[in-house]
Formats: sequence, structure tokens, C-alpha cells
Amino acid sequence: MDGDALFQFLLRLGDNNLILGHRVSEWCGHAPVLEEDIAMANVALDLIGQTQLWLALAAEVEGKGRDADKLAYLRDAGDFHNVLLVERPNGDFGHTLMRQFLYDAWHLPALNALQTSSDSRIGEIAEKAAKEVAYHLERSTDMVVRLGDGTEESHRRMQAALDDLWPYSGEAFIADAVDEAAAAAGVAPLPETLKPAWDEHVAATLAEATLDKPEQDFMHKGGKRGVHSEHLGYILAEMQFLQRAYPGARW
Amino acid sequence: MNEWPLWEVFIRGQHGMSHRHVGSLHAPDAEMAVNAARDVYTRRNEGVSIWVVRAADITASAPGKKGPLFEPSNAKVYRHPTFFDIPDDVGAM
Repeated sequence: MDGDALFQFLLRLGDNNLILGHRVSEWCGHAPVLEEDIAMANVALDLIGQTQLWLALAAEVEGKGRDADKLAYLRDAGDFHNVLLVERPNGDFGHTLMRQFLYDAWHLPALNALQTSSDSRIGEIAEKAAKEVAYHLERSTDMVVRLGDGTEESHRRMQAALDDLWPYSGEAFIADAVDEAAAAAGVAPLPETLKPAWDEHVAATLAEATLDKPEQDFMHKGGKRGVHSEHLGYILAEMQFLQRAYPGARW
Repeated sequence: MNEWPLWEVFIRGQHGMSHRHVGSLHAPDAEMAVNAARDVYTRRNEGVSIWVVRAADITASAPGKKGPLFEPSNAKVYRHPTFFDIPDDVGAM
């Protein structure tokens, strides 16, 4: 597989986790109950830990002397390759959980498939990450069911979150040249091959949660090739502030 | 929001043989209580097994009965097996 394409493929994996991890970390100290606050912080830390592995490998593949920190803190929005879903604003607690659920339902099958990657470095990271993400999916699935099939108020909020986020749920399954190159090299499966598992899990969960799956087929895309919503700029402004204002500052 | 019920959490550690009480938390049901216990009490690899029990389901001895319940055994030192030599290969008792 061409080095540039592999680099970009790895940036996608890292950036999805980095941006979602940052979004979830915004809840730290603000979740509705202590138990959820700690759980959210754990998920955010898992995602950021996985980011370090993916971006370190990306930097190694790029071979230009950058490391994971430089990739995280010194790229501008146009060079980020995360899907648009993960940069969506948190909204209320239910909205954050719905976004997590839609992502986790893709993330776990994706990591499971990557464990048999022709690139053993990718397989090793995927194997480690899959254990964490299996728990993320279990947790977000449980919460979607309980809040969807909860009170009138929680049901209304979860349905609104689902309707709002649905058009962002399909980008990860739309292949482009990078995905096709990765599939041809046996590095990763074609994105659409992950769709049946996602469809099945999401449909079963929404049915149990008494939520209506939106009919709409239109899906936003662009994040994977660096075309983002305005939200990413604000995320980076906060996340990268320290390294931008005090270049090279160390803990 | 209605207050979620209180759950008592018991964790069996890496090398421990029994579950130990580690604390409590609030959760809407048992399954969520196990998940929350995992997040709140096993972040540093403390456990290999989790039990949760509704605090309301625990029957406790009354503090006021401490005297009649426990003091009589104070005077019965012969109940401690300290008068026997335990062979080394018996292991932990």
C-alpha cells in the first residue's frame, strides 16, 4: 500500500478517536451523576489512549520526524480526517450517548476486522483497542435502551438526538480511493462490508429502546477527506491552545 | 429526577479468594450497577469479579445489640486455634 494512502488511513483512525475523545472529555465534572461522570471520563481516556497508538504509527509511516503529539496539536482543521459524526456538539446527555452509540456500533466491528490486517502493527493496535471498545458499545447500547424506553421526557430527547445525528451516521461506510487502496492491500476491509453488522445492532437496539429509525437516506460526508463543519475549528482552538501559544511546552 | 436506588459493591481482587465490600453507588438497575462499579471501582485493575447488591436487601445486625451479640466471645480465648501447630503444607487457613 502506498505510504501516503496508509498515512491518511491511519490518520482517520486516530482522528476519529481524538476528536470524539475530546468531545466526551468536555463532560468531565458536568455529567448528571457521579457514576456517569467517571464512566464518561473513562471512555474519553480510552479513546485518547488509542489515538496515541494510531497517530504514533501514522507518524512512523509518514517518516518525516513528526510524532503523535505533533500530529494531534500542530495540524489545522483541513488536515484532520475524522468523520463528521464525532465533531457534532455534545448537546444534552442523551445526545452525547446517542452519538457514542452510533460511533461504537461502527468502531467495534471495524476493530474486529482490522485484527486480521495484513499489517501486523495495525492488527496489534486493533486487538488492544477492541477490548476497550467492546465495553463502550455495551455501555452505550444499555443507556440508549434505558433512556429510549424510559420516561416520556427521556424518550423524546433520545428520539430527537437520533433524528439529528442520523445523517452523520453513514460517512464511515462510504469508500473513497484511500479505503479502496487499503482493501486492495488487505490492510482493512472495504467500509461497506461493516454495514450489515452495524445495521443489525442498531436496528435491534432502537427497537428495544422503542425509538423510530429515521427513514432518511441522505448522509453528510467530507470529514474523511478534510472538509469539516465549523465545529472542528472550535474544538482545535481549545485542544491545541497550549502548544500553539507556548510551542514545545512540556508537562 | 427520582433518586436511583443505592447498591453495595463487592470486588474480588486479583489474588483474593473472596469478594470484599469496596463501597456503594447509585444505579437504576443491577446491570447498570455492575457497569458503574466497573467504572468507579476497577479503574486501576483492582478486580476480576464484581458483585452488586441492593443496599435495601441487606439485613444488618442492630448496633444496639453489640453487647449481647459480640461481647460473650471476648472471654472465650480457647476458640482461637492458636494452641495447635499447623503444618506448613496446609497453606492459608
